[in-house]
Amino acid sequence: MPELLLQFLVTGITVGSLYALVGLGFALIYNASDVVNFAQGEFVMLGAMTAIALLNAGMPLLLAAIIATSLTVLVGLLLERFAIEPAAGASVVTTIIITIGAAIFLRGVALLLWGKDFHALPPFSGEAPIRLGGATVLPQSLWVLGVTVALVLLVRVFLNRTLLGKALLACSFNRTAAQAVGINVKAMLRLAYGLSAGLGALAGILIAPITFSSYEAGVMLGLKGFSAAIVGGIGNPMGAVAGGLLLGVLEALGAGLVSSGYKDAIAFLFVLMVLFFEPTGLFGHKAAERV
Amino acid sequence: MPSDPPLTSDPTPAPGAASLLEVTGLSSYYGPVRAIQQIDLRVSAGELVAIVGGNGAGKTTLLHALSGLQSASAGQIRFDGQDITRWSPHRIVAAGICQVLEGRQVFAPLSVADNLRLGAYRQHGDPVWLRETQEWVYTLFPILAERRRQPAGTLSGGQQQMLAIGRALLGRPRLLLLDEPSMGLAPLLVEEIFRVIVELNGRGVTILLVEQNARAALAIAGRGYILETGRIAKTAPAAELLADDDVRRAYLGY
Repeated sequence: MPELLLQFLVTGITVGSLYALVGLGFALIYNASDVVNFAQGEFVMLGAMTAIALLNAGMPLLLAAIIATSLTVLVGLLLERFAIEPAAGASVVTTIIITIGAAIFLRGVALLLWGKDFHALPPFSGEAPIRLGGATVLPQSLWVLGVTVALVLLVRVFLNRTLLGKALLACSFNRTAAQAVGINVKAMLRLAYGLSAGLGALAGILIAPITFSSYEAGVMLGLKGFSAAIVGGIGNPMGAVAGGLLLGVLEALGAGLVSSGYKDAIAFLFVLMVLFFEPTGLFGHKAAERV
Repeated sequence: MPSDPPLTSDPTPAPGAASLLEVTGLSSYYGPVRAIQQIDLRVSAGELVAIVGGNGAGKTTLLHALSGLQSASAGQIRFDGQDITRWSPHRIVAAGICQVLEGRQVFAPLSVADNLRLGAYRQHGDPVWLRETQEWVYTLFPILAERRRQPAGTLSGGQQQMLAIGRALLGRPRLLLLDEPSMGLAPLLVEEIFRVIVELNGRGVTILLVEQNARAALAIAGRGYILETGRIAKTAPAAELLADDDVRRAYLGY
């Protein structure tokens, strides 16, 4: 039994890392603009599908991953420029509908390009499982974990240690004041979309060898990433990471101990419970503020 | 006092020199309401000019139009000879117009030091100036130096006002816009803030001060404008406005 639990934990953390990266993307965009970007899952799908297509076209894996990520970043920037920016000042509901529309559009393009079939990347470094206590770990899981840790740390350092990162945060804390000190808020918004798209694409590429990808793979991932973000307290980047990991582990435990059919239901039930008892999320802002 | 870094690159203007800021026929809407109309205003380098008026007279809208936070629907804003009417806020800040917003508006979760650093967001590539100006702001407001690691949101209202002014000073202002710096502060703090405003002006910072506290503002300003329902009702040297019967009845309460 303890081995089994360890196994669930390993699976959960792997999937949770993916949710964490998607959730981080949600948080970054929400921070910069109060927009909840429901096309976030599509960034994941685009990253994975593009990398697979490039690999099948004969490109080496690393190059395929780099180009796929860059292309997805470009898609993120175009989304911001042509769908979000023209709607500046629109209500939250309007922008949400815009991003849902963008997601459907991206899904449609993927369907036209790659059909309905499932595709996968080969694992980055073989398939021989590694024994860890009583559990087995796929080498790919270590890739997922390692790269996620590196990306999260990079984002953290960027936000807390660099002027550009602080400017991005400043936009979320007080947009008028950010403008008043000379921060180009539009440029920050583009930066947030580019970053989120890049994180999403990398998440997609990392997980593609484990879970197969298809044109509609982004739907559920987007919802899970969104859940991670709100569990962590929307707009709190590191909260989203914690929320993602928590969600992944709970899901794996639920699938293993109850039934894999209830996996998604358990995840969403957990989100509802969190919102019920802690509406601002587990790590939401409770900043002391005096006026 | 340590030696102060030069805040502006402007030489002291000769009397009768061209205006630093020249506003003609400026109108701006706030939603469907025309919040300010046909505003004519000028500020010369080195001046301290006050704009006083009641609640809803359009004072904040006017400042926001100058800093680009609000778009002008008619009229022209010229700064240092350039037409900046349609410029975006970050460009206007880079040109040297820095605004202290009404109600302080500090970045609450960020530290005092980070708030100040972000004030210099547009100041690239002069680390010596940056360090000296930071130190200068800390000598101007010693309490900020004491609390430099603390989140700005935990400061008192008066300290937040000092931080907001300090942050704007790090934008290397050639024209400093102050929006209601006395709002919500105890009289002693108001005195302290106004003392600093005078000191800044004495060091060559050109200041446009918007205030509901007309008496305090006109007492330190060289010239004043009375803003009434979005229009300039009167403009004169501040001392004249203080002595004016209409102004006294309407804004000074005696």
